[in-house]
Amino acid sequence: MVTNSAASAVGVSASKIIPLSMTAILGLFIVGFVGFSHLEVVHNAAHDTRHSLAFPCH
Amino acid sequence: MSLFRNIVLTAVIAGLVAGLLLTVLQSFSTVPLILQAETYENAGGAEAGHSHSHEAAPAAGAAAPAAAEHSHGEEAWAPADGFERFIYTAAANILSAIGFGLVLIAISEALGSLKGWHGGLMFGMAGFLAVSLAPGLGLPPELPGMPAAELGPRQVWWISTAVCTALGLGLLAYTRSVVFAVPAIVLLIAPHVVGAPLPPTHETAVPLELHARFVNAVYVTNLVFWAALGALAGAVRERFRAGEDATARPLAGLAPR
Repeated sequence: MVTNSAASAVGVSASKIIPLSMTAILGLFIVGFVGFSHLEVVHNAAHDTRHSLAFPCH
Repeated sequence: MSLFRNIVLTAVIAGLVAGLLLTVLQSFSTVPLILQAETYENAGGAEAGHSHSHEAAPAAGAAAPAAAEHSHGEEAWAPADGFERFIYTAAANILSAIGFGLVLIAISEALGSLKGWHGGLMFGMAGFLAVSLAPGLGLPPELPGMPAAELGPRQVWWISTAVCTALGLGLLAYTRSVVFAVPAIVLLIAPHVVGAPLPPTHETAVPLELHARFVNAVYVTNLVFWAALGALAGAVRERFRAGEDATARPLAGLAPR
């Protein structure tokens, strides 16, 4: 595994926090919409993807 | 903003390629098994497979929306079988890949940036463990027509397991102290001690052998997918750092030595 020290792991510069959280939230939103949305239409469109990625389905 | 732009660009490129690769792999492995399972689901397995949603709803005409929510495309739009369905699956795969890529790169940047394809590959493996394998231990990949517990609790368990596993792996990889190793192990095990929501019955028209092949195919395709997504994200990330160094350079110039 990557062997960075704990110190560097904690030391995220403040200027990075906002862009990184925005990136992570955008990614989670996309995955949530495709894989976890309860909308029937979205479920049907992404049906085979949901099953193949082992998302909870139906 | 350049950091955000570069990460999004990297995730889109890596996600596009990894998502297309996943689609090709699935079309030979998981999708034919899903189609095969649907023949059992449609041939009478449907009631057994979806009984959970009908049980939950009061058996009255007013409960129609609740029942329709879980029934398979009797009223709602669904892509036509064949090419149209393939295109929607490909799009959903690529979107998921981009989403996973965004999260993967954001986490890796917070932990000190991706250093080339090998660093990315390690994050990809962690992604496979956290998002595919660990949730799959409690909630094995399901075929259409298989019984399952209520959707909501399963989604909550799935997401909690993925988050706990990611945190546990992160603690194990980035710390060297027993103080952190113990909670890391607890985080990895806890979701499985709590246990995933189980269906009231495991009876299904889908043959066991078909399901076994499907579970196998899902893990293999996901392993290849996460390896490709991580390695690509690491390799592409190195090439898109424009603007990030420029903002850091004046600071470096001002610093003594």
